[in-house]
Amino acid sequence: MVRDLVKTYPAVRGRRGADRAPAVRASDGISLDVGRGEIFGLLGPNGAGKSTLVRQLTGLLRPDSGTISVLGHDLVRHPARAARLLGYLGQESTALDEMTVALAVETTGRLRGLDVRRARAERDAVIGELGLADLAARPLKKLSGGQRRLACFATVLIGERPLLVLDEPTTGMDPVARRAVWAAVDRRRAERGATVLLVTHNVLEAESVLDRVAVIDQGRVIACDTPGGLKERVAEEVRLELVWRDRPPLDVAEVAALHPAAQVSGRRWTLRLPADQARAAVSAVTRGPAFAALDDFTFATPSLEDVYLSLGGRAAGLVKG
Amino acid sequence: MSGAATDTGAAPDTEASRSTGTWPDDAAPAPLAPRARLLPALGAVYRAQLSRARVARIPLLFVATFQSVGIMIMMRGVVHDGTEARSVVSGASVLVVAFVALNLLAQYFGRLRADGGLDHYATLPVPPAAVVLGAAAAYASFTVPGTLATALIGGVLFHLPMAHLWVLAAVIPVSGAALSGLGAALGLLAPRQEIATLCGQLGMSAALLLGVLPPGGLPTAIGYARDLLPSTYGVEALTRSYAARPDWLMIGADLGVCAAVGVLSLTVATWAYRRAAGR
Repeated sequence: MVRDLVKTYPAVRGRRGADRAPAVRASDGISLDVGRGEIFGLLGPNGAGKSTLVRQLTGLLRPDSGTISVLGHDLVRHPARAARLLGYLGQESTALDEMTVALAVETTGRLRGLDVRRARAERDAVIGELGLADLAARPLKKLSGGQRRLACFATVLIGERPLLVLDEPTTGMDPVARRAVWAAVDRRRAERGATVLLVTHNVLEAESVLDRVAVIDQGRVIACDTPGGLKERVAEEVRLELVWRDRPPLDVAEVAALHPAAQVSGRRWTLRLPADQARAAVSAVTRGPAFAALDDFTFATPSLEDVYLSLGGRAAGLVKG
Repeated sequence: MSGAATDTGAAPDTEASRSTGTWPDDAAPAPLAPRARLLPALGAVYRAQLSRARVARIPLLFVATFQSVGIMIMMRGVVHDGTEARSVVSGASVLVVAFVALNLLAQYFGRLRADGGLDHYATLPVPPAAVVLGAAAAYASFTVPGTLATALIGGVLFHLPMAHLWVLAAVIPVSGAALSGLGAALGLLAPRQEIATLCGQLGMSAALLLGVLPPGGLPTAIGYARDLLPSTYGVEALTRSYAARPDWLMIGADLGVCAAVGVLSLTVATWAYRRAAGR
């Protein structure tokens, strides 16, 4: 019956930010609409306000102002309803660390209101689905970071919820575990129309799995579109990376001209240039003294990271790959 | 669509609230999943907490028991008459409860709160009382073997009659409730994890000094402090049960005080949990 899942936060200020000495507007007037059945991403570096936003959505934090509506329920007025609408994967697993994987999943199912038989049946199904059977009898504490993360993800899936809120779900996971996570997410969307809100600072992941992405920086949404749509905004630009052997040959006029526009990270220069200028730059640095000083260069179409940077975000903290 | 929520004051979950027009696209709100009911949720938390003992708690339970047995062996050279011996054995037995239920539970909740572990429970539709009572009951259960062992060893060491030792079956749950409620409340209310640990340790030290030392020789002020400590009443009840003809009325009264404090402290702990989880 419900067509759209709407979350709107005009002028929200995270309370957690307000507690600290210099008040931080962790959510500074964020408005987002997420459609039902969408895999929607929040992308941004550490400290951008993604987790604060998610904590308000899950009823863990109360916004100072603004409205949050999930599947037709007002969660600012009724924060307790969040637990009955959504499954949340936070960043911590302390509450589960000393339990075995099987018991952690089963207990979470029981606490989502399942009876014993249902909880056990769903536990076995979820553990099988995620390939955790070999680890089921081991305490979470004894698992590697990625395995523990996968076990925590299993606790989110038990006791089906129409909305899954996942805060950096694949941190530390190997590719097999990542695939298991995305397959499980896709299955829930295809079969049950589940909506997924995903927090990530991983650009590649955002590009490959998300339907739409909101780029968050300093508590504000600086862009919101499909990954392809966002990339189109910077389509005329290409990214040129130059790595110098020792130090850049600033005595070459063309290189000196590029310097102000470059983002310098050690011996590496990253430039975002219109295609024709980039071509000219490449031909300049692949000749004569500049070429002698050049170690490597790459030429690439824009990624979400470029979008993020061209929108004025701060680069620090954004993970690639 | 950025609907400024126009509250009509309609009761939740009614037809009225669905037709306020706040969510024009969401004519019917999604059905809410059921809440977990108190007792099944309490049982699930209890079982999960008990299983943690296998992984993490067993060495600490040994420490708790050895500490109490060691204290009894030390006091053996000091204590002469039978009344004092009863106090020492009762105090040492209840000390195991204080160590585990008060000290360890305060540390557990302090850590859970500091690390954000409470978020896990706070995002599940589980009654706060189920989390607090389940954890408290599990920690009280951890104390059973140690308390029993201490009481038995003490009885042998000091040649006490053990016919009425079954009183422990009442002493452990009521003092367990009182002390674990106190421990949980301290852990959840302490502003920092270190302070939670400190409070737990201090509470246990108080139970040690005020419980094990025979009350006769204590200064008045310390005597009042002793009366304020809930474990005292568990100690008194157990002490009285060593008499040839126990005063059951007084034992009942002591246990009653303990139980009342238990209800109170667990209520405070539940309130503290709500406060900590809903920051």
